[in-house]
Amino acid sequence: MLSIKNIVKEYAKHRALDDVSLEIEKGKIFGLLGPNGAGKTSLIRIINQITAPDSGEVYFNGEKLNPEHINKIGYLPEERGLYKKMEIGEQMLYLAQLKGLSKADAIKRIKYWFEKMEMQTWWKKKVEDLSKGMQQKVQFVATVLHDPELIILDEPFSGFDPVNAEIIKDEILELNKKGTTIIFSTHRMESVEQLCHHIALIHKSHKILDGSIKEIKNAYRNETYKIQYEGILNLSQHSNFEVVEESVKDELQEITIKLHEGIKTNDVLLELIPKVQIKHVEEVIPSINEIFIQKVTALN
Amino acid sequence: MKKVFLIIEREYLSRVKKKSFLILTFLVPSLFIAMYAAVFFIYKSEGESKKEFLVLDESGLFKNEFKNSETTTFKYADGDYASNKSKIKNEKDLLLLYIPKDYASSNDIEILSAKKPGFSLLNDVEKQMENIIENKKLIAAGIDTAVLKNSKTQININAKQLTDEGEKDSNIGATYVVGFISSFLIYLSLFIYGAQVMRGVIEEKTNRIVEVIVSSVKPFQLMLGKILGIGAVGLTQFLLWIILSSTISIAAGKFLTPDQQTVTTEKVDTKASTTNTNPNKTQESPAIKFINAANTINFPYIIGSFLFYFIGGYLIYSALFAAVGSAVDNETETQQFMFPITLPLIFTFIVGMNVIINNPDGPLAFWLSMIPLTSPIAMMIRIPFGVPAWELILSIVLLIAGFVFTTWIASRIYRVGILMYGKKVTYKELAKWFFYKE
Repeated sequence: MLSIKNIVKEYAKHRALDDVSLEIEKGKIFGLLGPNGAGKTSLIRIINQITAPDSGEVYFNGEKLNPEHINKIGYLPEERGLYKKMEIGEQMLYLAQLKGLSKADAIKRIKYWFEKMEMQTWWKKKVEDLSKGMQQKVQFVATVLHDPELIILDEPFSGFDPVNAEIIKDEILELNKKGTTIIFSTHRMESVEQLCHHIALIHKSHKILDGSIKEIKNAYRNETYKIQYEGILNLSQHSNFEVVEESVKDELQEITIKLHEGIKTNDVLLELIPKVQIKHVEEVIPSINEIFIQKVTALN
Repeated sequence: MKKVFLIIEREYLSRVKKKSFLILTFLVPSLFIAMYAAVFFIYKSEGESKKEFLVLDESGLFKNEFKNSETTTFKYADGDYASNKSKIKNEKDLLLLYIPKDYASSNDIEILSAKKPGFSLLNDVEKQMENIIENKKLIAAGIDTAVLKNSKTQININAKQLTDEGEKDSNIGATYVVGFISSFLIYLSLFIYGAQVMRGVIEEKTNRIVEVIVSSVKPFQLMLGKILGIGAVGLTQFLLWIILSSTISIAAGKFLTPDQQTVTTEKVDTKASTTNTNPNKTQESPAIKFINAANTINFPYIIGSFLFYFIGGYLIYSALFAAVGSAVDNETETQQFMFPITLPLIFTFIVGMNVIINNPDGPLAFWLSMIPLTSPIAMMIRIPFGVPAWELILSIVLLIAGFVFTTWIASRIYRVGILMYGKKVTYKELAKWFFYKE
């Protein structure tokens, strides 16, 4: 769907993107993650053809990115807004037509979305008369109105109250099910972790990690487990694992252990079962946030 | 191109639909009517009724000294102040001029009337009294007034313009007024519509809608659409003004003309009876003079050049205003960038009103009407006086080249500026933006 090849983008004093390459598959939800100022927005602006890269290329469905692709992309920028004094319906009509829809089609699509989002009565209202949450809904509709093949959402859930965030999330998932490719860009990695199929981590203008969530997590799991038990365990007498942390939780003993090489969980359980009452065993899988921190510290 | 048209449409309709647009569109021609009406009624009220003065002169200095004119006659009254006062009560056209004995020291000269006397009437009486006293003083000093009268010379220059059609009465006053009004309108509208463009850009930037829009259209298209849309609003306004005003003046002209004729014949009658004036010299009222002078001006030519210089000047300045709007986060920050933009406008206007209008073919007038930043104002002052064709063509070509160039510069700043937030921008920064690649 979208191939980004060796993009370099420089501003006056700093390099915003340094040799970044990404491959985004059709129909997937892609997470573009990284702290503020990492270069995510610069990359998104290049995909949206707001700016052009200094070098490198972007391919959309195999074609070199060109103005015809603009109408196939829906973009919800991080900094969003609408004309305050313009009626909502008129405003949607304007934005949809700018994305290449005919007036008749635009009206049809707006009606469809207004009904779906329960906004039918808003047509004649002005943006300044709406609450923040309502405005966000309008903004989302404006992004998807022209039925884009690719939707790019920059910090999609910031500014949404939990109820509306949930509504929007469901809409995004539904669109994805119908085949729309989605790019989430955010610095709040935990907020999209469960939604994404594939992620890329951007840090200081470089891509530092890229892969499916599963692959990445597999690569970063390190045989660490959490065990809760009742009873007394002499922690110095064992050979299969190393205790990383111990604590008491809900009147239960809790230890986090790292298995020695070649050891399986069953070996540990066989060792422990005769000594204590096991209540809970769980593999500790690092969150994307932790992986990011690990990766960054490793780089430094 | 279709997208630019959509932007133009939105910018245009959102402004034309506003109440303030309608109000302004109809307010200006109404002022025009009011002005016409004022000229008409002042003229009418003074021309129609003859005033008679009862002069109660306690000083004795003015006895039989006042001169009657077509509209005012003087009678010398006896009796005391109170009895004369009662005479003029309820008399529309009878006024009492009371000169006390010690008028010079007390400054207590009074005009009493049932109706408020007009300004020119007062002026006339004051002038006469001044002349009378001056003459008396001169005589007292031993100077013969007859000699003095002979030494006074009145010069009236008849300005005639030599054109292909032969000599034509050119009325400097009307030319002056047309030059003044049209250049002033350009000056004002460049500010008004330029500022509208700037405010529109700032609005889109602070509303943060600009990033949504530029993900659909190129920044240059957005800027162009905005400039053309607001320009179309300005043109609409001017065209409506021209149509409304000319309709009104034609209507007013029809309404005025027969009236004037009756007044003029009346005047001739009084002249015939008094015989002390030259019967060939019909005195025209200022209103008729102005209308006649206005008729000698080639309005289609003036209006045509006005529209061209408005469009050209507007395109140049609005592009600059758009660049300024894109560089700032709110309107208060615009000050530092506004100054160099408004400077040529203000400079040209001041120089124009003081130098160009008095010497429309001088070197300063020539150069200012060639430089694209100053030519819209400078040329509009000169055009009513007549400008050689080659100068006009050169000025037009330079203006077109000028706005292509400024729009190019402005758009390079604009495309970067609209996406920059929270930064205090300096001129150095603007220069850097200009050199950014796409």
